[in-house]
Amino acid sequence: MKILAGVYQPDAGALLVDGREVTLHGPAMARAAGIAVIYQEPALFPDLTVAENMFIGRQPLSSGRRIDRRVMRTEAATIFGRLGVQLDPARIARGLSIADQQVVEIGKAISLEARVIVMDEPTAALSAAEVDRLFDVVRTLRAAGTAVLFISHRLEEVFALCQRVTVMRDGKQVLTRELAGLVAGDLVRAMVGRELAERPAEEHGTPGEPLLTVERLTREGVFTDISFTVRTGEIVALAGLVGSGRSEVARAIFGIDKYDAGTVTVRGSRLRRGSPTGAMAAGVGFVPEDRRQQGLVMDMSVQQNVALASLRRLRRAGLIRSAAERRLAADWAARLKIKYGRLKDPVSMLSGGNQQKVVLAKWLGRKPAVLIVDEPTRGIDVATKAEVHHLLIQLARDGVGVLMISSELPEVLRISDRILVMREGRLMAELAHADASEEEILSAATGQAPSQEPPEASEAPARGAGK
Amino acid sequence: MSTTVVSRSERPPAPAGTGTRRLTERVFRIRESGIIVVLAVFVAVTASIQPRFLNITNIQFILVNTTVFALLALGETMVVISRNYDLSVGSVLGLSAYLSASLFGQHHGIPIVVVFLTGLGIGLACGMLNGIMVAAGRVPSLVVTLATLYIFRGIDILIVGGKEVVANSLPAAFLNIPKATVFGIPDLAIAIAVVIAIGAYYLRSFRSGRELYAMGSNPEAARLAGIAVGRRVFMAFTVSGAIAGVAGVLWAAQYGTIDSTAGTGYELQVISAVVVGGVAIFGGSGSAVGAALGALLLNTISSALYVLGISPFWDQAIWGFLLLLAIALDRFISVRLTAALRVRGARHE
Repeated sequence: MKILAGVYQPDAGALLVDGREVTLHGPAMARAAGIAVIYQEPALFPDLTVAENMFIGRQPLSSGRRIDRRVMRTEAATIFGRLGVQLDPARIARGLSIADQQVVEIGKAISLEARVIVMDEPTAALSAAEVDRLFDVVRTLRAAGTAVLFISHRLEEVFALCQRVTVMRDGKQVLTRELAGLVAGDLVRAMVGRELAERPAEEHGTPGEPLLTVERLTREGVFTDISFTVRTGEIVALAGLVGSGRSEVARAIFGIDKYDAGTVTVRGSRLRRGSPTGAMAAGVGFVPEDRRQQGLVMDMSVQQNVALASLRRLRRAGLIRSAAERRLAADWAARLKIKYGRLKDPVSMLSGGNQQKVVLAKWLGRKPAVLIVDEPTRGIDVATKAEVHHLLIQLARDGVGVLMISSELPEVLRISDRILVMREGRLMAELAHADASEEEILSAATGQAPSQEPPEASEAPARGAGK
Repeated sequence: MSTTVVSRSERPPAPAGTGTRRLTERVFRIRESGIIVVLAVFVAVTASIQPRFLNITNIQFILVNTTVFALLALGETMVVISRNYDLSVGSVLGLSAYLSASLFGQHHGIPIVVVFLTGLGIGLACGMLNGIMVAAGRVPSLVVTLATLYIFRGIDILIVGGKEVVANSLPAAFLNIPKATVFGIPDLAIAIAVVIAIGAYYLRSFRSGRELYAMGSNPEAARLAGIAVGRRVFMAFTVSGAIAGVAGVLWAAQYGTIDSTAGTGYELQVISAVVVGGVAIFGGSGSAVGAALGALLLNTISSALYVLGISPFWDQAIWGFLLLLAIALDRFISVRLTAALRVRGARHE
């Protein structure tokens, strides 16, 4: 995708536009060739106006090469009109929602008369209503003769919007076909290369001793009266809409945020409020939602990141033994099948999925009794997703208690033993694996009878796996 | 979720648009008028204690003193808006002041224009050197210009040694430049005001000017948008250097006596003026007019303290306080503005 944008150059192969081979030496040449790329998180200029963001470098000029702001705003308004959206061209971009930022980027592409628009995971951070609007915009574009390359992990969107599909796995093209006649399972098989993990039925319903007990946990205005237990060998899912307070509960348990009332107990001993160190000492591990900001030190090497939570074990006379650090990292990298160049490479060079594995390795290196994972598979490719699922199931089999926050209902249904559903800071339902269904989770999460809208909106978008 | 954009069958966008626009514009106007208010308060308070502060000579003195700073602030504004810093302006000023003024002693009867062009050339060369290292060498400008701050000053000291240019080696016509007035307003102040107005207009209304803002606002996006980032950075540093060169000649005309310490420490004063004037220290917003007003405010304060007989120690303390105030104000405005824009977006759903 970066090659299409002109950011990277291909090592081999040719790129044809209108049947003619082109070489893109930079973003400007890609633009000239009629290719526009819309990134997952659009990179706008927050201090400039919406219109200026669309026309930067090509602002309409009046006499003396001065920028004609009035014409610029009118043109922007015209484009928004054609797209059927409402956005003020004269406001500054700061404070726009991700959805609106994407519209600005699409508007820019149209103003460039782009004939090919590449969209990278555009829906990852959008609410259901915003996705609908985006799809309307894309259909408008298509009707006007623009070709759209839509990159997505969400198969239902692919089927709803696209006509032809190409599946890539590990940097290789594995399938290119008309979508008509295909079903979701075909694509999943092509993406994973094998069937998805399904927990054998006999695995469920044999929980052991209570490991993590949360009682009447309350944080004013955030969540209220949360009580639940995670037992050994159990995967408990915490489901609910974004903003229902799931991540906040997890953060409070691990001690990142303080809570106002209630207790958290691990194996009978009470955890101190607001102390991650105490939680770690008690055997709790926490894989946060945003791995780039919270889970990893992006500039540090793979091995340093893996070792980060185990430094006490790796040191001698106060110094970290780098040989021990490397051994630990190499061991976990092999076990989790992390794909990396060298252990000394900065972790930022890995793909999203492999970065997530590094975060997991960091905690597994401590042999946690309880592992809290927040959106463990967001923004990672399907194959790695399946591996993460296998890993969580394996951990539970080994007696670890797993608390998993997830917005993906299929994931929740597939691997968890019990499902807790939160709504507006309260625990609304507890469902056993056997009698849980998407409809039931949704109705508990939304507080109404099952509706059409999937709770897939997300607040902090994670960047997708590198393509 | 805040969504300004709603699907087709919707109300016309007019009320939303103008509302947001008015808010944004008001905030920007407030930012510059804020400096004017502080300035007015300062002048009023000082004048009420010491009426001598408002006599024509003192006002002319303040205006002339401000010209060099306001000029330097214009160049620095261009650099800061693009999320860079030029710390070498004081050293460039010193080098240019000595080298250009010493021409009068070496070549009798040399035209003043040639001296100004010499200063411009020296500044241009220094600025281009900074620009090349930042743009082509991809070295952070803070480091590059910190280095050239010492290098240019070192060259200055090497050339000047213990010597100095004294006022009586300079022609009267040259020394009179800062003294000429029209209707009581120094010619120099008018000329500089025009230059700043041109600079402000350029930054506002020309593509390359807007691209400086874009680069400061989001450097990565600027690159992706195909902006010639290197060329623009080079240009900003070159202009800043050239301006510092010219400012050096003006400095020489103003003070008459030039040794190797001329302009020492000016870089931080200029950056203070720029920040007090409302240019965001991490780039992306601010105006040349605001920066010039910032320079005027700081100079007025120095002068007021002098007139009131307060120790110059307070001078620096007050500058520091104003700097903190300006940064706190910017932060406050930016947080409130973001919140306001979000709310406005959401309300239209």
